[in-house]
Amino acid sequence: MKVALFIPCYVDAFYAEVGIATLELLERFGVEVDYPLNQTCCGQVVANAGEQDDAAPVEALFVENFKGYEYIVGPTGSCTHHIRLHLDAIPQTDEVRKVRTRCYELVEFLHDVLKVEEFPWAEFPHKVGLHTSCSTLRSLRHASMSELVEPEFSKPLALLSKVKGISFAQPKRPDECCGFGGTFSVFEEPVSAKMGYDKVKDHVEAGAEYIVSADSSCMMHQQGCAKRLGLDLKFIHIAQILNGARA
Amino acid sequence: MKRIDHAEASSHFISETAHEAFHDKRLWDLREKRDREVGSIPEFQELRNLASVIKEHTLTHLADYLEQFEAQAKANGVHVHWALDAEEHNRIVYEILSSHSVRTLVKSKSMLTEECELRQYLERRRIEVVETDLGERIQQLDDEPPSHIVVPAVHKLRGDVARVFNRTLGTDADNDDPHYLSEQQRVKTRPYFVKAEAGMTGCNFAVAETGGVVVCTNEGNADLSATVPPLFIASVGIEKLVPRLQDLAVLVRLLSRSALGSPITQYTSQFRAPRKGGEMHIVLVDNGRAERLGMEQFWTSLKCIRCGACMNTCPVYRRSGGLSYGAVYSGPIGIILNPTSDLRKFSNLPYASTLNGSCTNVCPVKINIHEQIYQWRRIMAEHNQLPFVKKAAIKLTAKVLSDPKQFRRTVNVTDAAIEHLPRFLLYSRFNAWGRQREVPASPEQTFHAWYLKNRGRKQ
Repeated sequence: MKVALFIPCYVDAFYAEVGIATLELLERFGVEVDYPLNQTCCGQVVANAGEQDDAAPVEALFVENFKGYEYIVGPTGSCTHHIRLHLDAIPQTDEVRKVRTRCYELVEFLHDVLKVEEFPWAEFPHKVGLHTSCSTLRSLRHASMSELVEPEFSKPLALLSKVKGISFAQPKRPDECCGFGGTFSVFEEPVSAKMGYDKVKDHVEAGAEYIVSADSSCMMHQQGCAKRLGLDLKFIHIAQILNGARA
Repeated sequence: MKRIDHAEASSHFISETAHEAFHDKRLWDLREKRDREVGSIPEFQELRNLASVIKEHTLTHLADYLEQFEAQAKANGVHVHWALDAEEHNRIVYEILSSHSVRTLVKSKSMLTEECELRQYLERRRIEVVETDLGERIQQLDDEPPSHIVVPAVHKLRGDVARVFNRTLGTDADNDDPHYLSEQQRVKTRPYFVKAEAGMTGCNFAVAETGGVVVCTNEGNADLSATVPPLFIASVGIEKLVPRLQDLAVLVRLLSRSALGSPITQYTSQFRAPRKGGEMHIVLVDNGRAERLGMEQFWTSLKCIRCGACMNTCPVYRRSGGLSYGAVYSGPIGIILNPTSDLRKFSNLPYASTLNGSCTNVCPVKINIHEQIYQWRRIMAEHNQLPFVKKAAIKLTAKVLSDPKQFRRTVNVTDAAIEHLPRFLLYSRFNAWGRQREVPASPEQTFHAWYLKNRGRKQ
């Protein structure tokens, strides 16, 4: 199985370890991984501002880099959501449509496509608070949504439960948005920061040592909030835990 | 009209820490109560589907149902009026009142009359208007618009209410016991029901086959307003229509469960005809609704039954307060309703959302609220409504992101963490990111650089 590795711009720039863990994890399962070197970004930050004309060349470049692959996998719920639902600033050719439907977020790729049963190398003897980002929760459907009062399920929790030694903190509002929201974090800074503060406090009060998530973007915001508040809270991407990180 | 600056207003709201904390908690409580009520009805999601179908059907046959409603209401002995906009609505109401020499009007809460600014219109013409809903009365006495469509004074603490009542009703300034305060309001308002020559209500549902208007309240004040004075006027937005009486069996089951997490409002009253010796008028109001009905991406917003569930669940609304939206309708539903009335004034509102989607999930009539917010951003961009500095930052970001070489140069700068930040995070001269948050730590290398070093030979 050949997979194109999609590393979002902010992961490339700030969280190389998340990209490395994603790559190594896929390779552990015998997947042949290509990393298209000319990739930049999916264009979400531009499109979410409503600027479709500006988003078009970014989207065209994304499709150019990732066309022809059977699967495109990235450690990001937010960008995957954008590509699937909103990458429409450019004409919707067959090629574009294929790229959009073949794009997977890492957790769902492991859970739904590779159907991974175990991570024998993984051990994480810590209490973690799981942050299921809004795009993974309500768009990609990683987990049951509290608003719908539906039977409970969680793909990231199902994967993390296979990790030795791990335990979970139970925050009071597990699926409340953390307030990152891309440009929202700067356009609406006062509310964004307040939401972030409330989110990290909720996890700390639940006894979390780490916040773990499939989205580094939410965690970049939450970590910035936790640091400013002086909270003893660490952050780690789910790919790192599943790839065997111990701390 | 000046643009509403939601971000600026929200910073003031948040700085009142006790108010913000209470507001967030109170509304989250409503959300949790709603979840419990929803969970107790196995067919809840089916009800949402049915409600959505009923409203979409009605809206796509609206002219027919409006005519049926009018004919039925007239047959019931009700006077029916049509108002194209707020001005015409207000004029009609005033003409009815003045032709009956009305000096005092009691009314129950109605977002439509807020939308039309009826109270101010009548007060300028020397008609005394008394709001009889507790929350709405608090807001009237404090000369503030409602901050929430169901709980209008939810942004106030009981101490605030005590101060308002002390100033306006002469209550004990040191007594902020909610029972005392609501009893005082009741005692002071009751005489108006007897004194008033006319009463007025809004409308939750208008039933085409009966010609009746349905009003749901928890205080019974709409019933008193409608039935004690000899003259009764109901203001009805044309989107309130439902075809049949039996459709209420679906919608009424959803309304209060979604709004307050209670199975039903204390009072669900149908008014079909004037009381003996009395007179009843219905004013059917368009005020932009027909135009919105023609908007392909936004017409389903007319399905809204004004339950406020989207506001209660919205993490942004809970932390910024309804008044920060600078509009009659606040929260997620306000974001998608307001721009049709004034694109420029409300051009910032679609950005006052993280697009988290919780609003869509709780909406009892399945309006895709967060997707419409996203679509409104495109409309704002198309109409050049983004402030210059934001637009310039987005343009520059797009330029970098669409050129691999330039992107590499930008990302590979390794001197200081700040320089790693994508331009969009630094667009502001105030460095909005860093005001209350730390910036990410400076990485040793980018993923791209690591890959070239460790796996480069493969390519």
